[in-house]
Amino acid sequence: MSFLNYLVSGLSLGSIYAIIALGYTMVYGIAKMLNFAHGDVIMIGGYMCFFAVQRFNLPPVLGVIIAMLACTLLGIIIERLAYKPLRSAPSLAVLITAIGVSYFLQNAAQLLWSSNPKVFKSVVGNGVLTIGGEGGLIVSHVALLTVVVCVIIMVGLTLFVNKTKMGKAMRAVSEDKGAAQLMGIDVNRTISITFAIGSGLAAIAGVLLCSAYPTLQPTTGSMPGIKAFTAAVFGGIGSIPGAFLGGILLGVIENLAKAYISTQLSDAIVFGVLIVVLLVKPAGLLGKAVREKV
Amino acid sequence: MDDNKKYVLECENLGIVFGGLAAVNDFNVKIGEKQVYGLIGPNGAGKTTVFNLLTKVYEPTSGSIKLNGVDTKGQTTVSLSKMGIARTFQNIRLFSNLTVAENVMVAMNQNMKYSLFESTFRLPRYWKEEKAARAKALELLSIFDMQDFADVKASSLPYGAQRRLEITRALATNPSLLLLDEPAAGMNPAETAELMHNIGKIRDEFGISILLIEHDMSLVMGICDEITVLNFGMVIAQGTPAEIQSNPVVIEAYLGKQKED
Repeated sequence: MSFLNYLVSGLSLGSIYAIIALGYTMVYGIAKMLNFAHGDVIMIGGYMCFFAVQRFNLPPVLGVIIAMLACTLLGIIIERLAYKPLRSAPSLAVLITAIGVSYFLQNAAQLLWSSNPKVFKSVVGNGVLTIGGEGGLIVSHVALLTVVVCVIIMVGLTLFVNKTKMGKAMRAVSEDKGAAQLMGIDVNRTISITFAIGSGLAAIAGVLLCSAYPTLQPTTGSMPGIKAFTAAVFGGIGSIPGAFLGGILLGVIENLAKAYISTQLSDAIVFGVLIVVLLVKPAGLLGKAVREKV
Repeated sequence: MDDNKKYVLECENLGIVFGGLAAVNDFNVKIGEKQVYGLIGPNGAGKTTVFNLLTKVYEPTSGSIKLNGVDTKGQTTVSLSKMGIARTFQNIRLFSNLTVAENVMVAMNQNMKYSLFESTFRLPRYWKEEKAARAKALELLSIFDMQDFADVKASSLPYGAQRRLEITRALATNPSLLLLDEPAAGMNPAETAELMHNIGKIRDEFGISILLIEHDMSLVMGICDEITVLNFGMVIAQGTPAEIQSNPVVIEAYLGKQKED
């Protein structure tokens, strides 16, 4: 039974990675940039929810909504101020800017809210569900919620991208910005909306992450951010199902490695698996090898 | 032509300079309603550059462009699309991972009114507009008999069909002026003849003007009402197909100067 328990907590961790990875992968797919500040948007989302619920005593649902609105706005502002002026700059410049934004957010959080860890109360409490009686499968409410939310987001996003005009515009922009503009698609607006969606998802990930691992500090987002980026690459960056698959697999591998091999080596094992996958499939599990257009 | 006539496109002294090189210089053209206008010239003459100026992919360094009598100064590529310019490309630039119908529907985006909110919650207007857009897309696809391929990926279409889909996608933006960049490139004579027929059909059914760049002289001479010849960025001749065919300057630009003895 303990194997199942490790698997379930791996699935739950993987779901968080998947939600974060969706943000990375959407922004990469459309703006062709790696938004390394994404992990720190998660942290901001966590703080927003923390203050709303634990300082202003608002109901958790409202806390989540406030966090989402704040992060969506933050995402749009970051894109407008930091990335938009670099739209035609070399990708290395954008990458370095993204790292800069990441440090900026971390340090701003430290200044505003100090580096002392805050204890985040889970938005659904600490209850557990026991299946199969004594010694059976134990699933925390947070883990259950995380997996359900992840599946809902995944389905919703797939429908959005495939079935709406905005989704079609996003796919068109990701293929050929120039041709998209000539067909009347506002590329800047499309990129803004992509950032807004990615950041809104980051807020949800932040709340779920802090509910499962209740320490909140300015660096909370960086490690999950990097892991989720790895997950996005693992699944094939730019691919929405890829981010989902990559996130889940990464979470499960990490948790099983912790349980059966070594807690210290679990991260090394995760990245080792990534290297092996990329050696065999350089575009990731579900990624397509794209020809560079001349 | 008298000056009271309405023009869909008027270019006056249009020019652009790239690092000291005048790629297009003093380009003057007037295209009337429902006219098919040809732009020809040797390779590198600046024909595609003219298209890029008209669609504001490049900002002209001099001159003015009027679309349906309105100066396009300060407009962007996107707003020009709304004002009624649409184009195809010399090398096909379809959205290859989208389906045939989606390629057409994405070009109709600007006319769809539902909001992000309405699409998230699938409210009635979302369904109504998506349904209407698809019906319109199928109708447009039927011009070239492509409605049966609506749900295949654009990249899996054969070459000629991809060219036709590009024209359909451009029509979906509801233009008053359609720019075709070498529409017959890579087509065999039978396909070219069919294309010629279809260009005429599009002009008549949609009541729009067409400006086309083309190297296939049978097509240019067969369908254009008027032609402008460019060489080294300069207009070297303008007139009806018959006038152009007998113009010695044009013959020289294409074939080189005859040795005098």
